[in-house]
Amino acid sequence: MLDGLTWSAAAGEITALLGPNGAGKTTTIRCITGLLTPDAGTIRVLDGAPGGTDDRVGLMPQSVGAWSAVRPGELLRYLAGLYPRPVPIDDLVEALELGPLLNRPYRRLSGGEQQAVNLAGALIGRPELVLLDEPTAGMDPRARRRTWGVIDTLRADGVSVLLTTHDMAEAARLADRVWIMDAGRVTVSGTVAELTAEASLEDVFLRHTGGAG
Amino acid sequence: MTARRVVAHAGMELRMLLRNGEQLLLAFAIPLGLLVGGMLWGGGWGLDLVRFPASVIAVATWSTAFTALAVATGFERRYGVLERLVATPLTRADLIAGKAVAATALVAVQTLLLTVVALALGWRPVWTPLGALSALVAVLLGIVAFAGLGLLLAGTLKAEVTLALANLIYLAGLAVGGLLVDQPAWLPTAALGTVLRAAATGGVVPAALLVLLGWAAALALIARKAFRWTS
Repeated sequence: MLDGLTWSAAAGEITALLGPNGAGKTTTIRCITGLLTPDAGTIRVLDGAPGGTDDRVGLMPQSVGAWSAVRPGELLRYLAGLYPRPVPIDDLVEALELGPLLNRPYRRLSGGEQQAVNLAGALIGRPELVLLDEPTAGMDPRARRRTWGVIDTLRADGVSVLLTTHDMAEAARLADRVWIMDAGRVTVSGTVAELTAEASLEDVFLRHTGGAG
Repeated sequence: MTARRVVAHAGMELRMLLRNGEQLLLAFAIPLGLLVGGMLWGGGWGLDLVRFPASVIAVATWSTAFTALAVATGFERRYGVLERLVATPLTRADLIAGKAVAATALVAVQTLLLTVVALALGWRPVWTPLGALSALVAVLLGIVAFAGLGLLLAGTLKAEVTLALANLIYLAGLAVGGLLVDQPAWLPTAALGTVLRAAATGGVVPAALLVLLGWAAALALIARKAFRWTS
């Protein structure tokens, strides 16, 4: 899945990892969390080994990420209990407008609402590095803007963010640096300004991934 | 591993388990139905009413430690719950320990409930300290063996396949696995049934305990090797 992949994310910046389906974005995140171990190569996460800094990393997985019967309120209380210095749950509930959802079973939430709960779960441990795997997939425009605002706040607070997305506008809006990957390796990278000097980010993406043409 | 995180996770596992109708059916309705039916009408069919409640306790252990655990873990894997939890301070050892604590607590509640109901319906087992101790050890070893088998399925197969297979194996265990009737104690289900039925009459079957120990060690090791955290 990954083949000679080399990239880095600077501390305190928002780094976007873009690529078509199957490019290896989720696999990369799984290697960062220590869920998967590469056959070769080196990964450093917050100056430690993958999986060794879990109290400093927050993950918002691409798939559901929660029990179908769990209520968001109890999920967040449970996750908060795993960390040494959790963010007050009320702060996250207010920032992501989760109040009306707290006592509803997770399976009864819309895709976008589930994503909002997942984002809260990623942030509850007061992480230094947040991994967001397609954080706004399924969100309506209002929820997406709200999520962007939360990510902006993370950057302002010095939190490092790695996000994957298929939304080029989102990447252009949020990212300090973009890495475009295809078939398990990076094909081009740069700041948004560098990459979009002569073409839109979507054109750059298409030019450097398997769908070019 | 931290006790606080293990207990927190065990609590969450129990809450999720008890919110699932199918799991409640497996954990309580079927064993209680078997027990009440057997105690009320089984005597007329030649059922040994001293040994039968012990068989039902074996069934309850089987349903919770194998079927319920396999199905729940299969869907946790499918829905990315395990992926999310692995990226928190909850270690994999914490997670497995939490599952073990939850399964053991549920089996303890099931056993207590079944024992009280059986006593109320006239069960009069022959209790000896050695028999009771062997029953306790057998249930704990059974939990490890059955959980190992459940995690092996859940950690290697798709959730839907795990669901179907776990229920099929559950029924096979009931029908021909030696949980309810005496069989050579080669399978872990038969070994557990044998030890518990013997304990109900004051006896101890060391060979069946050894069989259970072997299954528990083997299945736990295989599950540990084969388990994959993502689907």
